[in-house]
Parts: sequence; C-alpha cells; structure tokens
Amino acid sequence: MYVRTALWAAGLGVAAAIAAAPAGAQTPKKGGTLTYMISADASPSFDGHRETTFATVHAVAPYYSVLIRVPPDNPASTTEFVCDLCTELPKPTDGGKTYTFKIRQGVKFHDGSKLTAKDVAATWNKIVFPPKGVTSARVTYYSMVEKIEAPDDATVVFRLKTPSSAFLPAVADPFTWIYKKEIIDKDPRWYEKNIMGSGPFKFVSYAIGQSIKGERNPDYYHKGQPYLDAIEGIFAAKQSVRVDAIRGNRAAIEFRGMPPSARDELVKEAGKDIFVQDSDWNCGNIITPNHKKKPFDDVRVRRALALAVDQWKGAPALSKIAIVRTVGGIVFPGSPLAATKEELQQMAGYWPDIEKSRAEARRLLKEAGAEGLKFELTNRNVDQPYKFVGTWLIGEWKKIGLEVEQKVVPTGPWFQAMRTGAFDVVVDANCQSVVNPPLDTSKYLPQKVYPESYGGYDDPKSIELYNKMLAATDPKEQRAAMRAFEKHTLDTEAHAIVAPYWYRIVPARSYVKGWKISPSHYLNQDLANIWLDK
Amino acid sequence: MTIIAPNRVAADLIDEPTDRKRSTLDVALNFMKRQPLGSFGLLIVVVMFAAGVLAEWIAPFDPEENDFSAMMEAPNLVHWLGTDQLGRDIFSRLVFGARTALIVGFSAAFMGGIIGLVLGVSSAYFGGWFDLLFQRVLDVLMAFPLIILALAVVSVFGTGVFNVILAITIPLIPRCGRVVRASALSVREVPYVDAARALGFSHARIVLRHMVPNVIAPFLILLSAFVGQAILAEASLSYLGLGVQEPVPAWGLMLQGGAEEYATTAPWIAVFPGVAIMLTVLGISLFGDALRDAIDPKLRDR
Repeated sequence: MYVRTALWAAGLGVAAAIAAAPAGAQTPKKGGTLTYMISADASPSFDGHRETTFATVHAVAPYYSVLIRVPPDNPASTTEFVCDLCTELPKPTDGGKTYTFKIRQGVKFHDGSKLTAKDVAATWNKIVFPPKGVTSARVTYYSMVEKIEAPDDATVVFRLKTPSSAFLPAVADPFTWIYKKEIIDKDPRWYEKNIMGSGPFKFVSYAIGQSIKGERNPDYYHKGQPYLDAIEGIFAAKQSVRVDAIRGNRAAIEFRGMPPSARDELVKEAGKDIFVQDSDWNCGNIITPNHKKKPFDDVRVRRALALAVDQWKGAPALSKIAIVRTVGGIVFPGSPLAATKEELQQMAGYWPDIEKSRAEARRLLKEAGAEGLKFELTNRNVDQPYKFVGTWLIGEWKKIGLEVEQKVVPTGPWFQAMRTGAFDVVVDANCQSVVNPPLDTSKYLPQKVYPESYGGYDDPKSIELYNKMLAATDPKEQRAAMRAFEKHTLDTEAHAIVAPYWYRIVPARSYVKGWKISPSHYLNQDLANIWLDK
Repeated sequence: MTIIAPNRVAADLIDEPTDRKRSTLDVALNFMKRQPLGSFGLLIVVVMFAAGVLAEWIAPFDPEENDFSAMMEAPNLVHWLGTDQLGRDIFSRLVFGARTALIVGFSAAFMGGIIGLVLGVSSAYFGGWFDLLFQRVLDVLMAFPLIILALAVVSVFGTGVFNVILAITIPLIPRCGRVVRASALSVREVPYVDAARALGFSHARIVLRHMVPNVIAPFLILLSAFVGQAILAEASLSYLGLGVQEPVPAWGLMLQGGAEEYATTAPWIAVFPGVAIMLTVLGISLFGDALRDAIDPKLRDR
C-alpha cells in the first residue's frame, strides 16, 4: 500500500507538474539551440549496441531512430509502446512466436541514402547475434529470438523460440539505434567512433570530454519535428559545474537527475525560471553478499544483514539528501508486477517491526557464530546515491553489533572487484531502461545464467522459479510466479538486499518545453519534441 | 677546618632535583614569555591531543550514529555545533576526527621522519656511490609535490587509515632525508666520529650512537612541521575521497560530505571541520616555529 501510495503521489506530482506547465496548451515554437549538460566525462564510445551508459545515450540518441519506443508524450507509462520507424505495432502471430513490423517508407539516413527494412534487420541481427569480436551489451535480453529477417524493403520479421511477454518491451530498448546495413557489413565496429543515423538531429562535431553538437535534420520523418535548430551537449562530471551552468543559464537542463539539495538550491535562487520534474526511477542499489566468502555462505548471516535494515524509516529520510525514495522489492515499484507493501512486509528486510526484526537478526548471527562480525562493504566512488546508501547501511548494521568498514573504489576497480569476487559485501546497482520486470529481474539469477550477477551463488531453484515466471502468459499467474521468485531471492535465500529505489529529479530552465520525465534516464532522449519558449 | 657532615651531603643531594625542577619550570615560563605565539600553538596542540585521546568521554554522541530525526540541525543546546545530513552530531565527529588526525598525523610524521633520519645520516656517513644514488632517488621523489605523491601511493594501495599513513609517510621520507643529510655531513668530519671509526665501532653504532644524536635538533623542528603537513595531507586525501572512508569521523571527510551540497543551506557542516583543520595546522606551525627559535642558538637571542 505504501509503495502504491508513494507511486500515486509521485505520479500525481509529475502529472501536476506537467499540468502546471503551460507547454501542454501552447503551440511549439520552432528554432533556437538547446544547450544541455551531460553528467559524465565523455561517452566511452558512440555505439549504443555496445554501451550501457547514459553518457552515450544522452550524447548520441538524438542522431538515431529506433524501431519502437515508449511514447514521447507519455514516457512514464510502463506498459505502452509506439512506433518510431515502424508504421504500426504488430500483433503477434503463430501462437505468439512471430512479430511482423512494417517499416515506414521515405526515411533517409543523414548521408541521404534510403533507410529500408534491410537496414533494420541488419541492425537487429548485429544486436541479437553479434559477429565475433563485436560486443552487444543486451544479447541476453533477446535470448527468446530465433531469427530476424527482412523479406522485402518494408517488412521485418522477428521469429521467437517461445512466446514471451518480455519481447516487445525489450525491442523498445533505447540503445537499439538503427544503423546502415552497408556500413555494418563492411565494418561492424564503425559506429563505435562515428555517428550516422536517421534521427531528428544530424551530427556536427564532437570535442572529447567537452561537447557534442548537432543540427536539425530537415528530412526527419515525424512531421514538424524536431523543433530546435540545434543542440549542444556539454560534458561535466562535477555536479557543482552542472548546477552552476543551469543557474547561470549557460545550459537549460541536465537529463540524468540531481539530488534534492541541488533542486532546492536552483529553485531558491532562480524561482519561477526553474521548472522541476520528478519521477520514480527504474534504478536501484542491490547489496550483494559474496556467497563464496565465509560467513556469507551461511543464509542465516545473509538474512541477518537484511533484517537489520529499517527500509521504511530509512527511505523517507534518505530521500531528503540523496536520489533515493521508494521502498521496493526486485520489481520496479511502478510496475503491475511489483510487490505491494503488505507483500514486501512478509520478507526479511521489510518487517514492519524493526525491533523484532533486529532481535531476529541478532539471534541468527549468534546461531551462526557470527556475532560482532567485521567485514568490508565495497562501494563505488560516486556520491549519489552510492556513498549515501553505503553509509546508511553501515549505521544500520552497527545496530546489530556488526563492524563494517566502507571501501570506496573508482568505477573500474568496483566492476573488477565484483567480476573477480574480491569483496565481502558490495553495493551493486541495477539500472534498467524500459520497465520490463521479467528481464529486469534476471539480475537476481545465478551468475552462470546471468553474467552480471555477482553474488557467486548457484541456485537451481531460483532458475526454476524465474523460468516459471518468464513462461507465464496470464498476468495473474505471472504476478504470483514473480512473488515466489522474489520471496525465494530476498527472503528464503537472502541472496541480496534491495535498497530503496532511486528517485529522479530533473530541474530545467522554465523555457524548456515538450520534454517529459520517464522512470529511466535512458528513455525519451532523442530531443525531437523539445522546444524553447523564449 | 670545616667538616662537611654526611647529613649535609645528603641534603645537598636531595636539593639537586628540586633545582632541576625549578629550572625546567623556568625554561617553560621563559619559553612562554619569549614565544607567546608558540605557546598559543602548543596550547592548541595540547587541546587537540586531549580531544583525540579522551574522545569517548568528551563527545556527547556516537559520532557514527545516524539520527534521521535530527538531520541538518543548526547549532543548538543539544547539538552544540549542529548536525550533518545524516543527523550525526558535528561536535562529536570533530572530537573523534581529532583522533584520526592525530593517528595519521603523528604516525606518518614519525615514521617518515625516522626513516628519513636514518637514511639521511647513513647517506652522509657512507658517502660515495651510496650517497650519490640515494640523493638521486630523493631528487625523483621530491620532484612530486607531497599531495601528488600521496595520491599516487593511495591509488596503488587503496584507501583506509593504514594506507593513508603509508601514503603520507613515503613523501615525507625524502624531505627529512635531504635536510638531515646536510647536517650530518658536517658531523661526519668531527674528530670523535674518526675516533669511533678508529676504535673499530660498527657502522650502525657510529651512525645511531654518534651521528644521529647530533642532528636531532633540526630533526625535531622538521618533525613538528611534518605533523602539520601530514594532518593537512590526510584532510586533503579524505576530501578527495581517497583517505579514510565514511562513516569514520575525519575532518577532511566531513568537508567532502557537506561542503559542496550544503554550503548555503547548512554552512555549519563545512565551517566547523574547516576551522578545526585550520586551527590545528596553525597551532602546529606556530609551535614548530617557536621550537626552532628556541633550539637554534643563532636565533635564541633575537
């Protein structure tokens, strides 16, 4: 109930914000340049198929088209999808195993060549079946796909091994940019260093670690869009630089999200010149004990770690200082598949009576011979929200007599520690784009099934429960199966602790219109619908 | 003929320590009179030392305990210096932070100083290729500013109290070694060192028993400066996120956590740790300067 209430409130907040903005009633104005901040040093590469970071999406998405996407005018929806390059969302045939997409005609790449179904099929084949030596970050999302073909220039057919409710949301992934077949046939890695798409903006220039510039694509296929003449993304990893840029009107917006303190500062100083949108975020920290290290191989110790944490009191308090807010389980709280508050309260780490919960934690530690346990919490050297979450957890664990030292390391060594199992307990993260619980929760599977699961456990029961949930086609049945998988993961085996979900706060100059916040900082970033009310 | 009674001799002997006590007190009073700023510095150091040692008794709250009902409270009667973003008592964190500063500052300064002292005196004593090689190594190490070298060391070994001590110790070694070697070069030429060598004493004995005590005055002055530098370096590393880590109370870390985000809304989060660092380093510098003036005969009567 709590989760639903929080979501309802959040949703209402967004809705109110949108309603309060005059944008809805106004006719978009054409022209102008949008200068926006990108909260990173640089994009690791330009290839969306290879990368998983927002630094690539925020910089490069405006130059590309995708097959389908979340609706740009309602990106907060967790169930709706619309066509970008296709003409109509397909109804599955062949017992749910075949999806036939009709491709929009007359679309041109920025080099003037025609975009056809052959380009779409070649792109998707690169994503789903990458050639040797080519990295495709989301191959596992498409494990249900058997074959992708283009029988003619206007048709793309996806054939699945088995029917899957996870397929269509996976196709709407915002990293699946459509590339030119001729180029990827010649060099499948060409797009890592070059940009050439069919999106609303044409690439102009890039200065490493400084900025990326684009200009309006006059041949764009969505009538009237884009509204802007040009865009410029400025890279700045430091938050104070980004806040200063928006405060001084040198930039209009930063799309990732800022902490409450930055929002308050901007609103206090710029007043009505700043407009804030916020939303629950399909991103969260997962606290993972290393099952390969004693005593974390003992489920009693892992359960004790979960039972010590007061999520219900911690989440609202942390939301005042960090970009976290909503208590949730393994499923994003905005989804119909998410647990209710009552369901959450049945599991370790969510008990309503924290004193009883901590007493049980102490009992379990004593029984496991791990009283006064000392260990290291490996964390990423990123303030928001990693270090806040880590420091909060250490305080919670101290209350059951655990002595925890926080080991903060840069992103590279953080990944290395997780991949090599060189940690006691780690603050990991699970950030997804399109809300697609059946795939989003694969992070909780054993590593042999999901390579980016770092707990180091093998658990056939977990795989069995997950597969049952994945195969379920009836929503009720799928929801029940998801609860069973969740209870097994967080309660019975206590493989992980899910920290409060992140909360996205995007302050912008009030003249920025048309853009709407979504539950992911990866979504709705082609900037085609943004206009400036100047 | 005067006969000195045995009991008189005993009385003289008993009086002697009293005289010595008086003279120590005189020295202290004389120091305070001649070096008021240095005395002020010493007072700060003593207060900081006492805070660090007696932190458990002085601090009114657990410095690591989050209190969500008291987040970012301005200074008040309960929380004298206010609370930080997690509701932790800033005064308690400052008091315990003094302990971190003391441990890191004194450990790094002593380790760096003593290793530098032994290596510097040895370099002067042996001379030749050893001296040449040692000095070139020092040249390389001293080419890097202290904080840069400390950053490099901590990025290799990782964060944490011990690694921070190590990271600050390494850059202090050449700084001490270079100065001590210069003093030791003149000591090496004095006759008693030749005499010790002629008597067949071991190198270690000559270096440690006959040379080191004679360069101890400049060494002590250096040491006092090193403590200040080490405390500042620890605060800088913590501020950069490379020193000790949350929730351990450390002054630089307290600045890092609150300075940027809450500078306007809750300035006390950043101001008090900043003042603590400033006062401590100032106190150690003032005391170090005064100590130099007091020990150096050339400066004693100025």
